[in-house]
Amino acid sequence: MTTQVQIADVVPSYPSPLKEFWQSFSHNKGAVVALFIFLCVIFCGVFAGWIAPHDPVEQYRDHMLTPPSWAEGGMSTFLLGTDELGRDILSRLIHGARISLFIAFMSVLMSLIPGMVLGLLAAFFPKGAGTVIMRVMDVMLALPGILLAICIITILGPGLINTMIAIAIGTLPSYTRLTRAAAMAEINKEYVTASRVAGAGALRLMFLTVLPNCMAPIIVNATLGFSSAILETAALGFLGLGVQPPTPEWGTMLSAARDYIERAPWVVTMPGVTILVTVLSINLMGDGLRDALDPKLKRAA
Amino acid sequence: MFSFILRKLATVIPTFIGITLVAFALIRMIPGDPIEVMVGERKLDPVMHAAAMQRLGLDQPLHIQYFRYIKDLAQGDLGISLVTREPVTKEFLTLFPATVELAICALLFAVLVGLPAGMIAGLKRGSVFDHGVMGVSMTGFSMPIFWWGLILIMYFSVTLGWTPVSGRIDIEFDIAQRTGFLLIDSWLSGEEGAFKSAAMHLILPTIVLGTIPLAVIARMTRSSMLEVLREDYIRTARAKGLAPTRVVVVHALRNALIPVITVIGLQVGSLLGGAVLTETIYSWPGIGKWLVDSISRRDYPVVQAGILVSATIFIVVNLFVDILYGVVNPRIRSAK
Amino acid sequence: MSLLKIRNLRVEFGSLAHPFPAVDGLDFDIDRGELVGIVGESGSGKSVTMMALMGLIDAPGRVTADELVFDGHDLLKLKPAQRRKIVGKDISMIFQDALTSLNPSYTVGFQIKESLKVHMGLRGAALEKRALELLELVEIPAAKSRLGAYPHQLSGGMNQRVMIAVAIACNPKLLIADEPTTALDVTIQAQIMDLLERLQKEHNMGLIMITHDLAVIAEMAKRICVMYAGQVVEQAPVADLFRAPRHPYTQALLEAIPEHSKGARRLSALPGIVPGHYDRPKGCLLSPRCRYAQDKCSQERPALLDGVRCYYSLNAEGESTHG
Repeated sequence: MTTQVQIADVVPSYPSPLKEFWQSFSHNKGAVVALFIFLCVIFCGVFAGWIAPHDPVEQYRDHMLTPPSWAEGGMSTFLLGTDELGRDILSRLIHGARISLFIAFMSVLMSLIPGMVLGLLAAFFPKGAGTVIMRVMDVMLALPGILLAICIITILGPGLINTMIAIAIGTLPSYTRLTRAAAMAEINKEYVTASRVAGAGALRLMFLTVLPNCMAPIIVNATLGFSSAILETAALGFLGLGVQPPTPEWGTMLSAARDYIERAPWVVTMPGVTILVTVLSINLMGDGLRDALDPKLKRAA
Repeated sequence: MFSFILRKLATVIPTFIGITLVAFALIRMIPGDPIEVMVGERKLDPVMHAAAMQRLGLDQPLHIQYFRYIKDLAQGDLGISLVTREPVTKEFLTLFPATVELAICALLFAVLVGLPAGMIAGLKRGSVFDHGVMGVSMTGFSMPIFWWGLILIMYFSVTLGWTPVSGRIDIEFDIAQRTGFLLIDSWLSGEEGAFKSAAMHLILPTIVLGTIPLAVIARMTRSSMLEVLREDYIRTARAKGLAPTRVVVVHALRNALIPVITVIGLQVGSLLGGAVLTETIYSWPGIGKWLVDSISRRDYPVVQAGILVSATIFIVVNLFVDILYGVVNPRIRSAK
Repeated sequence: MSLLKIRNLRVEFGSLAHPFPAVDGLDFDIDRGELVGIVGESGSGKSVTMMALMGLIDAPGRVTADELVFDGHDLLKLKPAQRRKIVGKDISMIFQDALTSLNPSYTVGFQIKESLKVHMGLRGAALEKRALELLELVEIPAAKSRLGAYPHQLSGGMNQRVMIAVAIACNPKLLIADEPTTALDVTIQAQIMDLLERLQKEHNMGLIMITHDLAVIAEMAKRICVMYAGQVVEQAPVADLFRAPRHPYTQALLEAIPEHSKGARRLSALPGIVPGHYDRPKGCLLSPRCRYAQDKCSQERPALLDGVRCYYSLNAEGESTHG
């Protein structure tokens, strides 16, 4: 009665995780374009010294406030024009990429790693350390990002390193909360229990068993953190609390340009467009990343 | 409901204590001698120095100092400004309404535009309108608002000459302060053109400050709407033979707005942060500009008070939002 | 004249160039006061058929039919507003998961009264009285206090009773129950089934019971319609179907009922799954999974003849009738 039926043999070929990721990521055209733009910005930042046509702090006193090359009175040597001190805007923007990316990268790293550790601690020891950590995070969250940064700059004083520290401390709570939430969801799953029963120690459980399964939301948050770090660096620079002149930082450039709104609009426009394009491309990439990494949303679209 | 509010209140108290600790520590963590930092002079006469230490209570042990600080706070005493020698509380009260007025306008702008835009985008998923809303909100979300403010000035004030560049009202108007909200005060004053002037001054700062909340609210409303429209109870509502508008308005909207309310509450933080930048650009005499100016003037009691007050506003608003959340969402109210 | 008459119903999803037919040429009838079971695996098109009947298939899904006549109205020819006067009033539907199918933000009372207000125009005391009456009809204890309860405050069985109350609020002529007990405990399942059967008899409703479990409806239904991959493969009175299934798929379903496999070491199961978008066979849709499949089966699709869609339908001994 129960004659078995042969089902046509299908050898399932699963794509490697990386390939699968790229397949879903490249499905999002905006994200691919954004990735390309972002890679260009990184390239500019890394090879700023070779690409930039001029020294970013060199003041061409004879060519102050030269308009961009396509505008009337522009010069082809200063492609995007010069600022109020005769410095080449393009070169400053290219060198600015290096500074913004460096600050953003370091601040993400400086909040990501302690944030993950604190979040894991809070998840694994919810009674003692967890309560204390989360209460402290609540306090930090009560101060909106830029205000917390201002608070820290007040104590430490302005400057490049201090900007990094201020931004890192400001974003620490989001990583801690995120890691804790993700770890709490994983901690009761069977595979963790299995590992625990097999005798894995707390450290092994935390970092090798649980953490890898919490990475998707953390990575997405890190991209968003990267773009908001660039914005915040620029905002602090604009307020005069960040990187100090003559260092070519995008926000600091804008701060100095405010007085030339009427006379030299390009001095205001260029740094802003650069910031906007960079941040926009990172955010679009983050969207693509989220869709590609989050299996729940994967098929929904 | 009452116990729900009490529970929420209890969770906020430790946070508030933490904030007072931060504000208290702020002044004491600034490197250097506190008296020298405050007076701005070096090598003070030791007698005067000791007198100042005693006057400010800085010679006491830290915990005594902290309790004194809390006691002063409870009496509404935020200290004395080092620059103007006025009580910080008094300065704060004259500046605060300006920030509140701006923040309320910005939030209204963000909600009134963002909510319907997100809703329609969610309902018309994949349409040109949807793509437009998503594109604009993504750009708004990535916008460096200090630059956005400058660009708006460049176009609307400098090129077109439609709006004023800075301030709250033209100087020819001398409006008596009644509520502190210039829109209301200028209207009450009955002076011709005063209300229009106040309104014109508000437009650009409102747009600038409202941009990021607008983008966030539009995105959140859209995704929340999409999520709710997939729910089983929407299918049930349609199976009941209800008209599409009734399905959306009665069954989808209410559930879709629940997460949006939280997001709107969180935007208050972004408004406070954004106010610092917006007020600086438009020389808007509010607490954001006051805070930034005080940092460069090294007016530490003002910075301390500004931080404390901003955080308190943020905590209170989010407490309020949490409670509101419980009102609209019956599942939360009864949960522990 | 039958209460509902469906002829050649087709529901397609996907692009126009590569449509995927979730329901493929379905014919179905039900009379007033009749109880019919529709059985099939997940993905066989049972629910989609009923969603199409209710007008719940949205673009890009496409619904076509030669006839979709309910109580004298061809539903596909009605304007949406006219159709909504029938849907929810004369035809109503209950779903699998009652908790998620009820709106979490409104009280049970609100959700019952909504239909009464929209379709019957009831207001005030009459509305209140009818809502209470309905809750008592579905045997909810302390009905009065339950009207003000939210779905999350009630148990799963209780919520399903509320769903039933909502569905029968306007005395429908046809009630569709889409796996109404799958999400419930076994003891509650029997209660809900009994309730549905009682209501059906008392109100002389047509009742379509959708399930993937033949055993559930064996005792209740008079007639059973077996669906596979969007098509009806066999239609027969319950007794005949259980005694001598004529389609290999029906046979396989019956063998999967534990009671039928007594003595066997393992429960019999049909290998494979219902064909999806890309692996739809050219011939008989069951042919890749069918133990009796011949060459012809994989070449041409059989039609529904005399209540069975198979070239080599089974005889009374459960053997294939091929040469």
